[in-house]
Amino acid sequence: MATTVAPTPTGAGAAADREPVTATRRGRPIRGQRAAFWLFVTPFLVGLVAFVYFPILWSAVLSFFDAQGTVLPTRFVGIDNYVTMLSDQAFTSSLLTFTVFAVLIVPTTFAASLALAVLVNRVTVAKAFFRSVFFLPTACSYVVASLVWKLSIFNGVRFGLANQILKAFGQEPVAWLSTIDPPWYWLVIVSVRLWLQCGFYMILFLAALQNINPELYEAAYVDGTKPGWKIFRHITLPLLKPTSISVLLLCLIAAYQGFDEFYNLVGNVEYARPPLVYLYYLALGTQQNFGLGSAGALILAAMIAVITVLQGKILGFGRPED
Amino acid sequence: MSSPLSRRALLGGGLATAAAFGLGACGSNSGAGSTGGGASGAKPALQQWYHQYGEQGTQQAAKKYAAAYPDATVSIQWIPGDYDSKLTSGLSSGSGPDAFEYHLSRSLVSSKQIVPLDDLVADVKDDYNASDLEANSVDGQLYSIPMIIDPQMIYYRKSLLAEKGIQPPTTLDELIMAAKELTTPDVKGFFAGNGANTTGGALFPGIVYATGGRLLDAENKIGFDVAQVAEAVSKLRTLASDKSLLLGAPTDWWDPSAINQGLCAMQWQGMWAVPGMSAELGEDDLGVFALPAAVSGGQAAVVSGGWSAMVSAKAKDVEAAKAFTKWLWVDNLEDQEDWCLNYGFHIPPRISLAAKAEKLQAGVAAESVKLNADHGVQGNPNWTPSMNTAMTDAITRIVGKGADAQSELEGAVKKINAELDKTFG
Repeated sequence: MATTVAPTPTGAGAAADREPVTATRRGRPIRGQRAAFWLFVTPFLVGLVAFVYFPILWSAVLSFFDAQGTVLPTRFVGIDNYVTMLSDQAFTSSLLTFTVFAVLIVPTTFAASLALAVLVNRVTVAKAFFRSVFFLPTACSYVVASLVWKLSIFNGVRFGLANQILKAFGQEPVAWLSTIDPPWYWLVIVSVRLWLQCGFYMILFLAALQNINPELYEAAYVDGTKPGWKIFRHITLPLLKPTSISVLLLCLIAAYQGFDEFYNLVGNVEYARPPLVYLYYLALGTQQNFGLGSAGALILAAMIAVITVLQGKILGFGRPED
Repeated sequence: MSSPLSRRALLGGGLATAAAFGLGACGSNSGAGSTGGGASGAKPALQQWYHQYGEQGTQQAAKKYAAAYPDATVSIQWIPGDYDSKLTSGLSSGSGPDAFEYHLSRSLVSSKQIVPLDDLVADVKDDYNASDLEANSVDGQLYSIPMIIDPQMIYYRKSLLAEKGIQPPTTLDELIMAAKELTTPDVKGFFAGNGANTTGGALFPGIVYATGGRLLDAENKIGFDVAQVAEAVSKLRTLASDKSLLLGAPTDWWDPSAINQGLCAMQWQGMWAVPGMSAELGEDDLGVFALPAAVSGGQAAVVSGGWSAMVSAKAKDVEAAKAFTKWLWVDNLEDQEDWCLNYGFHIPPRISLAAKAEKLQAGVAAESVKLNADHGVQGNPNWTPSMNTAMTDAITRIVGKGADAQSELEGAVKKINAELDKTFG
């Protein structure tokens, strides 16, 4: 396979190597190539069809049926499930919850991972150590991190870590996860996600930073600009644009998929219940209403698709660079 | 040139072996299935599921009972964490248990996931309270066998109340006042669940019962007065704003750690924790009272929960699963007594067994049993999870966010009525 995409080599020996490739281009396939293709692709294709495409398709079918407690429904209800979901206050308010979550988590992750990347990039000693240490949380499970946050850092009684710190300043303990006014629960939810995903986006930024030609900085220096905000604003940031856009998109999609930390930190509560948690309780939890759940999931998928496309358009994702 | 061939041969051989394994596995599966059908000589294999009980020794006890059953090989699944979700997905996918414990709900019946069990108790029907059987029936048919009855109410430290000269409260207002007075910088007055300041925590559905109402009445209509529940729930907002509630404890209300560790003076709790609390705090320091009347004209309330045994309609051998359930939860009084009294405390549903349960005839346990008899309200299988969500969401907006109680509850009632109409026409 490698020879077909290798750049055209020069020289006599190379011309001989090229021969079988030209032969394929004329329509005679390499022996066994097709069999090998299917051999390698089939297991994944089967998995993909069985566990991704078919369930999506079946979910679309279920969304038009009254399917409580069964995935083989018989009563067709048309668009009733969609109407019910869109007029369900719990569902619409869950959409608001995750919008708030996205507004909180996307900019903070962006700023924190970019800042970390810039700092780690400038570090001269123990570079590998710093890189790994900030990337490490990415490998931690959301469930485990949520439990650590809930039980030891942000538990509401006097011996929780955060409350110990408050106590040192003479403050009363705070019930972090069940205080709506002020909404302290957001601090817990956002900080755990930030800790978990920041390192990953830092690596993306780091790669982009190392791609910037150092001559640009030298030229700026020669022109009399001192290293600092101005250089960052006018050289680094514009050159990071493609990466920044990807990070924003990935981060937003990840925010929409928020489930684990909400489920494990607060459970099924009205004030912090994103759509996936609501749909989980509706379809997979005790209610087993697969019809309504599927309708909700498809509404959600459509929304994510529209918003992602819009965001891509606004930020110029995929547009050729100037 | 020979290398690709041999590679292919190897892969081919590998696939053939894998296929053979697959077929072999199918063969042995169907074999197990057929023995489940009652082939002579081999015992059917049954799966029994439990949620994770908190008390030491319960899992071993469950295994011991199963091992002693002569007519089938019963394996126990002890499910920690989200039992509801694991069970419901297991039941609908067919990969679930044959026999299991759960709370009866109409949807299990309407989606044909469980089978009726009237014949299992036919001979001993008189040995159950009629209300217990009713709470385990849908449309007059019995679908679950009560295993344990778990009254839930408020347990308190007598010494802490005595210090402040406080009598056990008889109204919700007195309870709120007592919680406030009992609160010190280190000890909170009342623990009613980690979300009691927002969702009402464990105080729902008790708060509805304490107005004298029920979630649903005998005709499956809304069973409470909206204005009275609005008044009662508004009082919970006062309770929440008084800073007298313990919140964000490492374990929730069903675990006695909070009161045992001295984090609170009073705690909403189930009778199951009485042995643990008595051991930790001393039998003399532990007191109990029902959730007091929430409004004038209301009445004290005890939430009478529990677990019941059911049989999956998708069990490989429904009759074998039924026979096992009858053996353990109807006939086997000795193991039922062990289960109800030797770990946590539960009231045995069998009247004859409850009557001779000595451990429940003294002290706090006896008081709990009496309060349950006087004020206990059982769950209703027609009250669905989505009705519950509608109600708790409304309570969250009232208690947590200060929304108007009357209009929020009217909104919830509208949603619940829509669902009742769909089910009962």
